[in-house]
Amino acid sequence: MYMDINDIIKPENLVYTKPRLMNDNPMHYCPGCSHGVVHKLIAEVIDEMGIEEETIGIAPVGCAVFAYNYIDIDWIEAAHGRAPAIATAVKRLNPKKMVFTYQGDGDLAAIGTAETIHACNRGENIVIIFINNGIYGMTGGQMAPTTLEGMKTSTCPYGRNVALNGYPLRIAELVERVDGTCYVTRQSVHTPASIRKAKKAIRHAFENAMAGKGTSMIEIVSTCNSGWKMTPVKANQWMEENMFAKYPMGDLKNV
Amino acid sequence: MKEEIKLMKGNEAIAHAAIRYGADGYFGYPITPQSEVMETLMEEKPWETTGMVVLQAESEVAAINMVYGGASCGKAVMTSSSSPGVSLKQEGISYLAGAELPCLIVNVMRGGPGLGTIQPSQADYFQATKGGGHGDYHLITLAPASVQEMVDFVALGFDLAFKYRNPAIILADGIIGQMMEKVVLPPFRKRRTEEEIRAQNPWAALGKPKDRKRNVITSLELDPAIMEQNNIRFQATYKRISENEIRYEEINCENADYLIVAFGSMARICQKTIELAAEEGIKVGVLRPITLWPFPSEAIARQTSHVKGILSAELNAGQMVEDVRLAVNGKVRVEHFGRLGGIVPTPDEVLAALKEKLM
Repeated sequence: MYMDINDIIKPENLVYTKPRLMNDNPMHYCPGCSHGVVHKLIAEVIDEMGIEEETIGIAPVGCAVFAYNYIDIDWIEAAHGRAPAIATAVKRLNPKKMVFTYQGDGDLAAIGTAETIHACNRGENIVIIFINNGIYGMTGGQMAPTTLEGMKTSTCPYGRNVALNGYPLRIAELVERVDGTCYVTRQSVHTPASIRKAKKAIRHAFENAMAGKGTSMIEIVSTCNSGWKMTPVKANQWMEENMFAKYPMGDLKNV
Repeated sequence: MKEEIKLMKGNEAIAHAAIRYGADGYFGYPITPQSEVMETLMEEKPWETTGMVVLQAESEVAAINMVYGGASCGKAVMTSSSSPGVSLKQEGISYLAGAELPCLIVNVMRGGPGLGTIQPSQADYFQATKGGGHGDYHLITLAPASVQEMVDFVALGFDLAFKYRNPAIILADGIIGQMMEKVVLPPFRKRRTEEEIRAQNPWAALGKPKDRKRNVITSLELDPAIMEQNNIRFQATYKRISENEIRYEEINCENADYLIVAFGSMARICQKTIELAAEEGIKVGVLRPITLWPFPSEAIARQTSHVKGILSAELNAGQMVEDVRLAVNGKVRVEHFGRLGGIVPTPDEVLAALKEKLM
């Protein structure tokens, strides 16, 4: 039997669709980058919870600075590292809103460490989405606080040397110890199974914030295949073999 | 509650004025000589009455970014600090200006540079009036000379900030912050509801309803052609502010032979200098800029028709004097007198300087 393409493109045959809250702006992220997947999950969770009119996102400085171009909600673009301070005020002044930050490792774990720790310690009813790819992507691949020992970047071209650069900083373990956090988890988005788990974690965190339970942090260990100078497939393998050893997957705290 | 007359410190006056204005939030970090602002707010507990949020931040940097967050939602939010703390806030202030956000900043100046001293100073004039952080921008800069003006300029600062979508700063000093005077406190105003903010400030990021595009508060624009247009828009705003919002006070200027230009506490001291000079038969007037930016250049230039010389008296090494000279453009002699590092001069010291430098 001959089938025309129009016989296939029918609502009953639909197996996947772009989330309603993702708009049509072409993404600036590199092919293979984890950001696009995480954006999609956030857009789906906001849509499924029916809170798009009440949600305010705080974008970082770093590759995700343009997050506000892709998810169709109100956004505030923060100065480098300051997103948790901004989110604090937005939530305190608008207690019924859903407020989340979206930050990379340089933004959150280097220049914004103080704002991160103190927002968590105050138990602000916000969600912090933390993309940890061990490198500064936007500025061209410099060393991050989370860069692994021995890992090469443009500012540690011979590999991270702990005598010179200190140790990779495990922020999730740090904020897990802080009394204001209610949920700290480490996830990834490199397989269909991990994507499903990460989405559940994001949903749980958003529900915590709306229920006023305290601060939730979701660290998403991610690839930066451009910065790592690998193919996307190789980057995923390298992440599993190296990043997961230092940054193990799973919940650190779920109160 | 109605208008009330009270005796209080300048710093306390700021706090009471903010609550009565209907401010939505205050975010600060302790630093001498202005810690009474947050202490008063915490004691007053406005979150139980007006609903105002008061939060002690982990740093000046966090505090100004909390202001950025609140301002992004169209809320009337403020911070206060003193010189070293205001230096820390400069990054956030530049972002506020770049994102065209209204807010109120209070600097109760102390002597610097560095950790400096906790005694009064006016050495942050350049920082407040010329930008302070990176980029081409200006803050609406109000210089109170009394505790009453600490009260009045909270409302004025917020109103101007919202009118022009630009940060405003009250540039006070340790004397104005710490001294006690009688003040008339205005009646309480209600805080705006979210619906009122959405109607009056449609740019505010309060959550996107279905019938409008998303609001994005940002100072970022990578296309230089658009970024230039943004800057041209900022400059047009500064021009409108300069055309409409210059404020100053003239004291005995009409028949003066010599003019003192002074702001804040220094202007108070110089009012006594007028009397001391008169006793010696010297006719001295004081022109007190109330807005330091925009600067009352034309008002000062007009004085050159009859004065023989101008003294810019400041608690610094000579900052406002540059603007006075630009205003006068060489028509009469302009000299500077200042004490530094937290020393406050007496009125006769100012008179002696005037005689020595101009007569």
